[in-house]
Amino acid sequence: MEKDHNVSRRQFLTYALLGTGGFMAAGVIMPMVRFGVDPILQADAEDDMVDVAAVDDLTDVPQAFDMEYEQDHGWHVEQVTETVWIHMEGDEVVALSPTCTHLGCTVNWGTDPDNPEQFFCPCHFGRFERDGTNVQGTPPTEPLHRYEHEVRDGRVFLGTNPSPQI
Amino acid sequence: MLQRIYDWIDDRVDVTPLWRDVADHEVPEHVNPGHHFSAFVYCFGGLTFFTVVIQILSGMFLTMYYVPDIVNAHASVEYLQSDVAFGMIVRGMHHWGASVVIVMVFLHTLRVFFTGSYKKPREINWVVGVLLFFIILGLGFTGYLLPWDMKAYFATQVGLEIAETVPVVGDLLSNLLAGGEFIGAQTLTRFFAIHVFFLPGALLGLIAIHFIMIRRQGISGPL
Ligand code: HEM
Ligand code: FES
Repeated sequence: MEKDHNVSRRQFLTYALLGTGGFMAAGVIMPMVRFGVDPILQADAEDDMVDVAAVDDLTDVPQAFDMEYEQDHGWHVEQVTETVWIHMEGDEVVALSPTCTHLGCTVNWGTDPDNPEQFFCPCHFGRFERDGTNVQGTPPTEPLHRYEHEVRDGRVFLGTNPSPQI
Repeated sequence: MLQRIYDWIDDRVDVTPLWRDVADHEVPEHVNPGHHFSAFVYCFGGLTFFTVVIQILSGMFLTMYYVPDIVNAHASVEYLQSDVAFGMIVRGMHHWGASVVIVMVFLHTLRVFFTGSYKKPREINWVVGVLLFFIILGLGFTGYLLPWDMKAYFATQVGLEIAETVPVVGDLLSNLLAGGEFIGAQTLTRFFAIHVFFLPGALLGLIAIHFIMIRRQGISGPL
């Protein structure tokens, strides 16, 4: 008898039980997993441009400006202040992030007495040119990240997420 | 494919006896609802465990968003419920599940009582069961404060006043539970710690003892 069937009684039971059990478990687990992974699936917040400096204040020497904006943390809104290094390259505004591309320390302009015309990172002596290009032979392997910018009525507005150059 | 992965592992570490030990045992006729439908009363223990598992899983996920702080607790619950995908479902599972666990424990206890399953040699498991019941009540009590709304606050106030009625040590007990003289930031963090670490730990430990004893002693005989 048993041999006449493609699916044995035992196999049928196994499939039926695993199927129903799996369906029930999925019903319980699925909402929780979707709940847990929500942060990576939520639409990115619109990157509002922030007023940071007056074009007239900019020179060809990088200066540190404060960028203040509100960051939405879900149930809390945080007032964030970040530092941005801004200078003019001809007519072009260049806004660089002070986060070292080696391991994330904070760079400063001209603090290495031997290289007063470069950005300097105190952690492992990383250096960057004025336009952010990393100096060969120092630890960083890519240029400082750059902020998207816009000039409106003589004021410089920046996006809040610097992106890699190149 | 799965079979071959299983065999490969089994060849090396011999896992078959492990799960056989857990899964392979007689289910006597008198507890099988397929034979006598009324035997469904024997399911309540398993259903209690199932709802406890749901409470633990949904609670772990809620803890990804919840903060036990008087300024942010309520806002975080509102956020996770209304802005996070499936938030209403996951919080709903935990909220309603909390009541379902208590109903299931109660029905399970009734079954054990009316089948006389607490008698020798199973007295210790009855005691463990009563402790489990208290732990589950404790989880309900401490969890209820966490959303930090009016109902949470006043329910805890009532609970603490009940604790105060304990002779001699009542005041001490209430202050110990609340972490001070009044319900505030210290009460919330304390209840949170008790709710997500202390009681679930005790619950899992006692459940393990409960199950090991059931396997040792077998299910009690027919009436
Ligand atoms: C038998 C086990 C449990 C019971 C009976 C229980 C009960 C409760 C109750 C009654 C609430 C209030 C819910 C509301 O008013 O909406 C609550 C909230 C909460 N529980 Fe549990 N709980 C259990 C296990 C756990 C576990 C294991 C965790 C974490 C590991 C957890 C984490 C939480 C959190 C974070 C909240 C606050 C979020 C909210 O209020 O929706 N629970 N619990
Ligand atoms: S972090 Fe800047 S050089 Fe290493």
